[in-house]
Amino acid sequence: MGRKLLTEHINVEGIDTFEVYRKHGGYRSVEKALKTMTPDEVVEEVKKSGLRGRGGAGFPTGMKWSFLAKPEGVPRYLVCNADESEPGTFKDRQLMSKLPHLLIEGMITGSYALGARTSYIYIRGELLYVLRILEKAIAEAYAAGFLGENILGSGYSLDLHVHPGGGAYICGEETALLESLEGKRGNPRNKPPFPAVQGLYARPTVVNNVESIAAVPVIVNEGGDEYAKIGIGKSTGTKLISACGHLNKPGIYEIELGVPVEEFIYSDEYCGGIWKGRELKAVVAGGSSVPILPNELILKTAAGEPRLMTYESLSDGGFVTGTMLGSGGFIAMDETTCIVRNTWNFSRFYHHESCGQCSPCREGTGWLEKVLHRLEHGHGSLHDIDLLVSVAKQIEGNTICPLGEAAAWPVAAAVRHFRDEFEWHVKHPQEATRPGAVYPGKAVLA
Amino acid sequence: MEVTTAPAKPQFSAAAQAEIQRIIKRYPEDRKKSALLPLLHIAQAEFGGWVSPEVQDLVAETLGLKPIEVYEVSSFYTMFNLKPVGKHVLEICRTGPCMLRGSDELTENLERITGAKVGETSPDGMFTIKMVECLAACGFAPVVQVREKYYESLETPEAVDAMLTEL
Ligand SMILES: NC(=O)C1=CN([C@@H]2O[C@H](COP(=O)(O)OP(=O)(O)OC[C@H]3O[C@@H](n4cnc5c(N)ncnc54)[C@H](O)[C@@H]3O)[C@@H](O)[C@H]2O)C=CC1
Ligand SMILES: Cc1cc2nc3c(=O)[nH]c(=O)nc-3n(C[C@H](O)[C@H](O)[C@H](O)COP(=O)(O)O)c2cc1C
Ligand code: SF4
Ligand code: FES
Repeated sequence: MGRKLLTEHINVEGIDTFEVYRKHGGYRSVEKALKTMTPDEVVEEVKKSGLRGRGGAGFPTGMKWSFLAKPEGVPRYLVCNADESEPGTFKDRQLMSKLPHLLIEGMITGSYALGARTSYIYIRGELLYVLRILEKAIAEAYAAGFLGENILGSGYSLDLHVHPGGGAYICGEETALLESLEGKRGNPRNKPPFPAVQGLYARPTVVNNVESIAAVPVIVNEGGDEYAKIGIGKSTGTKLISACGHLNKPGIYEIELGVPVEEFIYSDEYCGGIWKGRELKAVVAGGSSVPILPNELILKTAAGEPRLMTYESLSDGGFVTGTMLGSGGFIAMDETTCIVRNTWNFSRFYHHESCGQCSPCREGTGWLEKVLHRLEHGHGSLHDIDLLVSVAKQIEGNTICPLGEAAAWPVAAAVRHFRDEFEWHVKHPQEATRPGAVYPGKAVLA
Repeated sequence: MEVTTAPAKPQFSAAAQAEIQRIIKRYPEDRKKSALLPLLHIAQAEFGGWVSPEVQDLVAETLGLKPIEVYEVSSFYTMFNLKPVGKHVLEICRTGPCMLRGSDELTENLERITGAKVGETSPDGMFTIKMVECLAACGFAPVVQVREKYYESLETPEAVDAMLTEL
């Protein structure tokens, strides 16, 4: 059994209350940091831990914290990204609703490290019920003296607020999130400047995912070096994996980074294999934005090494034969899954969610959806398959934010690994579009 | 001859007004606009599940914004209904992971049971069906949200019945 650093107490009765959370060692990191450490010492521990951003990009958290600009007399902010909208990802909702105090504790310790006096948790608007859970927990933390003026007599003061979004995937992109928090449409900004220099209200801001912030208490309590002992190489610590699709036991698993993918899918400790006794066909390992891999390539790299749940192992082979760990949204598809339909579904999602600022993304996602729609519905041509690849190429690198690429890469990967199935839709439209039709062939291994 | 009177200008209840004042204080004084999304949520809950132009004007007035600043925001985000809705709005997730576990079939069933078509309200005004994107509950698919509540793992007719009975 792997160590559970974040979720050890998740099933304890009443752990969502201050009292029970505190009894199980909660808020120790706030006491330790505020009473015995300087802010820079906290940043140093996070750096040593090797923690990488759990929102998907995997940028080292300690490094980001040390990049925060600190101009004299200008307020700085820590903003928690709780927008969680990446299809396949559902860990943050669970963490916040069951362990609200863990996030609050991380926000206090993190805000202290960064010198923020006001911090915000931006939560997707659909999760209003979780917002209420967080607000209740925040009120308890104020009452216990862990928030507000002069916390624990340390001289450090902090206000913490929760802010709801309004339903828009793009607001998970950190600069769109900041625009949204300012009461505007969620249009991403050009980077640089990074939020660390110019963020909320044009002031220095760190934006971090819920899970990244929730890892801070254990890092402060046990020390960065201890945390870094878990995992492999530059993939340190534990990661929450949201497992969904055709699995016997979908759900959220906290794994030590480094678990073999095969073990994660088939062992009873984790997903317990593919449902209905079927075979695995493909996996999208890191949320819908990452390339899909056929079963042979997700279990083993092109070189035949077992694929591990780490940033490095999953991206081994680049986009030709690899993928990405991303946000840890693990979507498994059984042998009956129609790859064309699935690819079309995701392309419809991205077209719907494009903010429309850049034409390659706005128009390109529209084209991808349209062409995939006709392929899926039996009106496509062989030329359409190449058209998909060409549209995907034209989006890549030509947009303000990575949503365009998130739409393009998975389509390119689907065509790369499952071209035969796309061609089958063109050559046998009647058979392919029959309800319940299952492609009889196999994936093309790149 | 029919006499038409202008609809009474909407007003927030005393409870909502108190809540609004509490929310505005969370942001710097010169950044009141930040309170726009929280206020639109309050307004939608106060005024029958949607935000009419009059309600949006009220939000603008409350925050000292130009009405257009509210319209351009309310129309960007999918949660704000810009036209009237039925008593219960069923928001069905249609994204990949939910589709893999039967959201297409669930949608057809809900259309049949409620008499509402996707994007529309049933003739009796009881149900509106709205298709939405991933609700961050993919491991418990398929998923329907009704107001603030999530109904998960709606894989069987019994689960769907239980949801509808509870409404
Ligand atoms: N969790 C979810 O629901 C979703 C996650 N994603 C993930 O988001 C990722 C893309 O996110 P981005 O923020 O665009 O990636 P990014 O690589 O631009 O940035 C990652 C983080 O590092 C910071 N950063 C990078 N370079 C910096 C520098 N020189 N100075 C200061 N800070 C710096 C950024 O501000 C940001 O916070 C994708 O890889 C995808 O996996 C995408 C969609 C949804
Ligand atoms: C289209 C898009 C959507 C995103 N959605 C989320 C999200 O829902 N949650 C999240 O934490 N990061 C999301 N990100 C990544 C953020 O921009 C940012 O990298 C992250 O919040 C930084 O936190 P971390 O370093 O702790 O991961 C998204 C990025 C893009 C391009
Ligand atoms: S890439 Fe797409 S979502 Fe991102 S800013 Fe451009 S149009 Fe908007
Ligand atoms: S796809 Fe439906 S909740 Fe994520």
